[in-house]
This record gives sequence, structure tokens and C-alpha cells, in this order.
Amino acid sequence: MSMDLKDMLIFERSRPGRRGFRVPETDVPVQPADRLVPKGYLRGAPAELPEVSEVDVIRHYTRLSQKNYCVDMGFYPLGSCTMKYNPKINETAAALEGFNILHPLQPRHTAQGILELMYELTEKLCEVTGMDWGTLQPFAGAHGEFTGMKFFRSYFDARGEKQRTKVLVPDAAHGTNPASANIAGFDVVEIKSRHDGRVSAEEVKKHLDENLAGIMLTNPNTLGLFETDIAEIAELVHDAGGLLYYDGANLNAVMGKSRPGDMGFDVVHLNLHKTFSTPHGGGGPGSGAVMVKKKLEPYLPVPTVRKDGKGYFLDHDIPETMGRISGFYGNTAVLVRAYTYILTMGSDGLQRASELAVLNANYVKEKLKRRYHLPYDQVCKHEFVFSADQMKEKYGISATDVAKGLLEYGLHAPTIYFPLIVHEAMMIEPTETESKESLDHFIEVMEGIADLAENNPEKLHDFPLSTPVRRVDQVRAAKQPVLRWEKEQ
Amino acid sequence: MFAYLPHTESEIKEMLVDIGAASIDDLFADIPEKIRFKGRLKFETGQSELEVYRRLHALAVKNKQAVSFLGAGSYDHVIPASVNALIGRTEFYTSYTPYQPEISQGVLQAIFEFQTMMCELTSLDVSNASLYDGHTAASEACALAVNSTRKRDTILYSRTLHPNTKQVLKTYFNDLPVHLKEVPEKDGVLDPGAVEAMMDAQVAGLLVQSPNVYGFLEDYSGIADKLHENKSLFIISSNPMSLGVLKSQGEWGADIAIGDTQPFGLSSYFGGPAVGYIAAAEKLLRKLPGRIVGQTLDEDGKRAFVLTLQAREQHIKRERATSNICSNQALAALASTVYLSTVGREGLKELSALNLQKAHYLAGELKEKAGLKLLADQPFFNEFCLKLPIPAQKVTDKMESDGIFAGVPLKLLDPDYPEDLLLVAVTEKRTKDEMDAYVKSMKGALK
Repeated sequence: MSMDLKDMLIFERSRPGRRGFRVPETDVPVQPADRLVPKGYLRGAPAELPEVSEVDVIRHYTRLSQKNYCVDMGFYPLGSCTMKYNPKINETAAALEGFNILHPLQPRHTAQGILELMYELTEKLCEVTGMDWGTLQPFAGAHGEFTGMKFFRSYFDARGEKQRTKVLVPDAAHGTNPASANIAGFDVVEIKSRHDGRVSAEEVKKHLDENLAGIMLTNPNTLGLFETDIAEIAELVHDAGGLLYYDGANLNAVMGKSRPGDMGFDVVHLNLHKTFSTPHGGGGPGSGAVMVKKKLEPYLPVPTVRKDGKGYFLDHDIPETMGRISGFYGNTAVLVRAYTYILTMGSDGLQRASELAVLNANYVKEKLKRRYHLPYDQVCKHEFVFSADQMKEKYGISATDVAKGLLEYGLHAPTIYFPLIVHEAMMIEPTETESKESLDHFIEVMEGIADLAENNPEKLHDFPLSTPVRRVDQVRAAKQPVLRWEKEQ
Repeated sequence: MFAYLPHTESEIKEMLVDIGAASIDDLFADIPEKIRFKGRLKFETGQSELEVYRRLHALAVKNKQAVSFLGAGSYDHVIPASVNALIGRTEFYTSYTPYQPEISQGVLQAIFEFQTMMCELTSLDVSNASLYDGHTAASEACALAVNSTRKRDTILYSRTLHPNTKQVLKTYFNDLPVHLKEVPEKDGVLDPGAVEAMMDAQVAGLLVQSPNVYGFLEDYSGIADKLHENKSLFIISSNPMSLGVLKSQGEWGADIAIGDTQPFGLSSYFGGPAVGYIAAAEKLLRKLPGRIVGQTLDEDGKRAFVLTLQAREQHIKRERATSNICSNQALAALASTVYLSTVGREGLKELSALNLQKAHYLAGELKEKAGLKLLADQPFFNEFCLKLPIPAQKVTDKMESDGIFAGVPLKLLDPDYPEDLLLVAVTEKRTKDEMDAYVKSMKGALK
């Protein structure tokens, strides 16, 4: 049976001798490769890349794209991922040739535009977060966390406090937090959230000693709740000689409302691909800019963007630097988009964005909490967490089933099974760019799913039916890993 | 007015009624008074698209261009039009990490194709979905070596690595119980004799790079066997464009292959986004960092793709994870996938060969007509290191006034290099005329 074209891999479309690109004619005298390079250095068998025409390539990937959901199609309530709209002017700006063709090592006076942009972006991010300076180099949030932990390490080492290796991480934290602290050489101590879903000063007090390096917090936390003890926690940690790290994944709740720097944090990472509207690209590239308080500036990674009498430049002269964290200066194209977004929104627009993000989240929460169990029933910030535990017990409908139901109705699912402290968690973050109609539609679909759970759970188990593929066998994928295409013999 | 904020005043009022709140401020009442931000952030208020565009355009035109012979890890290659046409599709660039496979088959299948291409290029068994860049990929590869050779704590790395790779490596490992030891170079390439002398039971792996920091190709004959006898792993970093004509990492006997696919469909963009790639022998699969896509079946028995082997990752393993990577460079990896599909099996060989030819033309002309010498008499691919009679910076400054970025003075990458070394990259985009002008300009600069 021949496979449908739209389900083929690019390799399966391959036909020997077909070409998709005309290589420019050479205009220099050609010599055989083995006269330029000794034979022993030459490749044996060629890489089996596809042999397809440009038409094949375009149709293949266009069809693939049509099997993909995206923000430009509709609502994407993925908690902690801030799937807001990705403005098109950002793309126009990022595509400007004056940015695109810049080589990272070209002379500074020929790169003044991009350096000015990086400098101003750093200033603006400092203002939003209440910090003093920072680095735009981290490639992603987790890379920012690693960089943040390196700030901790460098600071303590410079003070002769090498024994400070203990980092407190709440049980509700993003998984990257403990992983980043660990690969930066710290020992992670998990702390329990209080009954109201927050980290308490009391709990923090149990861990204050001469080995404490600090604490990593997300505020609002992954339940979407503001950490109301934060000022007291900051004082406790600082008095014990430790530092505070702010995971900025949830900054979209508090822009212009409360700044991490004012809360007492010393290091902040931002996800420019969340809060600052740059597209996620199906998993990246992101940007995990890190902002710090003055006392941590001496340890910035090299280079950092600075200004002198001759303009902007990349300063490599940082005697106490933590070192280098990326090959060049991070995902510069993402920085251009984030800068464009900040200009468009301005100080007033960013504040308004946070207000409306919080309004949207509370609206959906209040409308749906009669149908879905809300373990922490309080005012939330930009997101909140439902639990499907009761639904599961009564009707056998899990968070996965609810998620798959949403897919069937043409929407994206929430983040499920996270945070780990809520059973059958469904973490919902609408973001500010969703209109009331969009939220009402989601609410209606969610109510419909709750009805189905009660009346016809079997139907929900079968969902999705109309997506490009139905539920996939994850166990098979892991037990019999097929991780690349192979030519049939 | 904000174009991305759809709420009307009356809708806001209705929503507040439904919530049971008097005002939006009420929703922020949980923020303690003393840490509430009052007033306005200190920068300009929102602007129209026209004003914003003008500002961005003004910044873009402040950057200046010249005919570029700059390389050192970021290269000016042809980008087929299909690449930007496809990565500009909103279904790709505005989607999230494919957590819901039923509505993410596009991204998942493209990653599966990327993994296949990386395995093909490197002649290794398994690949992940991408890492950040080639430099951080080196750190991840060394961590993989340490984690999979239990109780070994030493990584040997070649002096001929890109200096930024070395610096990233040191930053990554300097707070971990891992020793990094530099293997010296000889005549511009790794000294293989020194590898043998430095081998001991603590060596988890050896990391080398070819083409190396000078653009020179290194001969790894026999090295894999020696490492494997010692139960150590062999990691080779390569510019993947070279793999069209040159021996792949797998062909040299490497266990782990890394590098950066920026030459495949990505503009330099001041250094990023690039794409770190990592491919490895099958036995290392369970310790491989980052996302991996696998093939499986859906409920109807239809082929489907899904993120798999997630038990390795941070969101499951938390502090026991061996890598913290979460977001990667997916869209940039898609660009490389489209690039490799477009140029194809034969196109890559031809492009790679064209790079080789052109670089050798320029090097030959510089030797013959400008009397210049390479740092060492070693084979090279599309980049070579000149040893100049005067400081390289003087040459690049002068040649810039002729509209040429002549190359990267190695001292810029690492102050320990002598000031007379200049790294020159020649891609398929450089014409004979541009290279002849280069030689003429160089002669002028040397006068």
C-alpha cells in the first residue's frame, strides 16, 4: 500500500537524482579534493540526505505545518508558558537586514545599532524588574537559571564562603530550578508549600545556617498565587547571609505592579519568549536574560554591553567574571523582538498587560470553579490550577482526558500534571491577549467536557478523533525507541 | 490603545462583576503594600507601529557591512529562499514545545527528520532535538561523558578548540568535581603523542575539534582505539558544512559528535540563534541531554511522533537530572532541516566542495601574490590561519577601509594568541573578484 503523501517523511519522498537547489558555478580553478586534502581526511559514504525538488520541500513542510496547532490559530492556555500573541511588527523588525547579517566579531563601530539595542533593552528590563544590570546571553530560561546560580557561586566564593552550597527550592517549583542548581554544583533542599499553597517564612526559618546559599522562588508561584511572605523571607535569607533567586517564568502577572528587586530578590531571570511576546518556535529559541543587583555585577559573564565616549561596546574586562556562558551573545534575534515589543507596549502597556492577564485568569477561574475542583480557591494572579482528582474518582476522567477533549474541540490543552503538589493538575494561563469571547468559548468547551465526564465518559476516553493523529502510544515510543528514519533494506 | 489587548471597558466591567471584584486593583490586593509598585515604570509609554518601525530601522542602519571573510564559528553562507519561507510559517513559529502530540505532529516530525539528518551527517546512531549552540553543546557532551563513565572525573580537551568553547567549558565545570586538562598542540593541530601521555584511568573523555580554531584539519587515526582501550569516550566537534566532503565524526570512531548547524540556513545574526547539535553512539542514549522525538503509533495504528525518553529530563528527574535543558533552538533546527532537505544529498557535497575550493584559491593567491604563510603547513577546509608579518589588527583596520572584513585576529578570541595571527573564512558566497580584491587590499595593508 502506498503511503499518503501528506504522511510521508521527507526521506520517503526522495528520488535519486532529484535536486532542490542549484549550487552556484565555481569561478575559481577547480582541483580534485584529494589534492587539497589528504585522502585519509575525506568522507567515505555520503550522508543520505533527501533528494527532492524545491516544490517537494515546500509542500512537505507546508503540510507538516498544517498538522500543528499555534497561537495564531487560537487559545493556548498552557500554564507557566505565557502563550500570548506574538506581534507581527516584532517579526518585521527582526528580519531587517541591518541586524540579520551582522557577524558577532565584526568591529564595534560597525555594530553600533545592535549594541545600542542591547544596552537599552538591558536598561528597560532592569526598570521592569527593579534590578541594576544584567546579561542578555542566556539562551533559555533554564540557561538563565544556571547563570543565576553561577552568580550565587561567584559571590560566595569571592567572600570566602565556599561552604554555602545549600539552595532551597519549593516543592511546587519548575523542574528546571533544582536541575539548574544541581549542575551549578549546589545541593538542593526541597521545602514544602504551606496549606494555602505558599512558601512560609516559618518553613524557610528551619534552613537558615552557614551553609545556606539561598532560595529560588517563582512569584507568583506555579499555583498562580502571590508569595505574600516574600518580604519577610527575603529579610530572613539575607540576614542568614544568603541570596534570593527569582524565576521570571511568571513575571507576566506583575509588570508595573510589583518588582522582584523591590521584593528583595538579588538575581532574576526573565523568559523573553514568554513575558515579552517573542515566539516559542515549537520549543525555542528563547531568551533567558538575567538581571542582578549591584553587588552581583562584578560576576557578570563576559562580555557585557557597556557605553563609553566612543559609543557602545562589548566589555570583556570583568576581572571577577563567572566566565563565559554562551559562544557569542545569546539569541540576538530574540532580543530584537523583545525590544520591539517593549517599545510598542511602553511602560503603560506592560502594566496594562499584567492587569488584564490577571483579570482573564480570575474570570476563567471563577466561571469554571463550580465544574472543576479548585484546590486553592483564592484570588489568583496570571494563572491557576484545577485538579481532575474528583472527576477521576467519580467518572474515571483524568487531566489527560480533559486535555484530549480540548484538542478535539480545536483548542490547546492546559499544562497538565504540573505542579506536582496538585494531583491531576491542570494549570491554566489565559494571558492578556485573549478576548472575552475567546475566554467564554473556552469556558463553554470546558463545561461541555465536564458534562461529558458525567454523562458519557467513554466518549471522552476516545477523544481526540479529528486531530491529525489520535492518542499516541507513549509507552511504545519509550520501550522500542525509533529515533531516526532508516532506509528499508 | 493597545493592539494586542482586546478588552473593551464594558467587557472589563462585566468580567469584574462575574469575578465579584470591584476593580482590577482588587485583584492585586494580595500584594503586600510595602512591595507594591506605585507609579509608572521609567521609560516611554506605548507607541504606534510606525514609530516603532522607524526606531528599529534607524538602529538597523547604524550597523555597517563589508565583504565578509569573518568566520570563527559563524559563517556567511547562501540561504535558500525555501528556508525563510517555511520557518516564517506561523504554524511553526507561534507554536509551543510539542507537549500535545496529537496537534503537534508538524514540529515533532520535523524534529525526527532533523535527528535523522544529524545521524547521517555524523555517522552516529542517535541525536537529540537540538542544544543552544556548538559551544554549550561541548559542555553537554563532556557532562554526558562524565555521567556515562562512572566515577571518572577528568576531561581532556584539545588546545586547538575554539577559545569560546574552552571558556564555556570552564565556566560549566569549575564548580563541579571534574578536572579539565588541556592537551597541547603541535604544528597547529592536536598533539596525538600528548593524548597518550595524558591518558589515565580517570579520563572520561577527550574533546577535540576539526576543523580546529585555526581552520586546520586534524588527523585522528588511531585515537579512538586508544581511548576505547582506556574505556574513555571520544568527542569530536565539527563544522557540519565540512562533513559534505570530510570524514565524519563517526568515521573517525567518535562516540559523541557535536557542533553548530548555523552554516545550514541561519544568518549570522550577531551570533544567535545558532543550533547546537549532538549525536552519539546508541549506548549513550539514556544519558543524552535534551528533548528527543521518537516514532510510535496512534490508537488507529497510524505512524505518529512524540517526545520520548522523558525520564532523563529535568521535569521528571528534577535535581537528579544530568542536564537542565528545557527550551532548545527548535525553530532554528527547523531552518537547518529545511536547508538540508533543499540542498539535498548531492547539493551538500557540492557546496562543501565549493567552500574547500574557494578557500584554497584565496590561500594560494595570498601565498603566491602577497608572499604570506599559513601558521602551519596543514590541510584546511573553508578557513585558515595566516601568520602575518605585522599585527593582524592593523591589517583588518586597513582592509576595512577597502570595504573588506578581512578576518578575525585570533587575539580577539583569546589574548594569549600572538598578535600576528589572522583567521580567514571563505564560503561559497565569496567570488573570485572579491578574493582578488582581498589579495590586492592585503598587499596594500602590508606595505
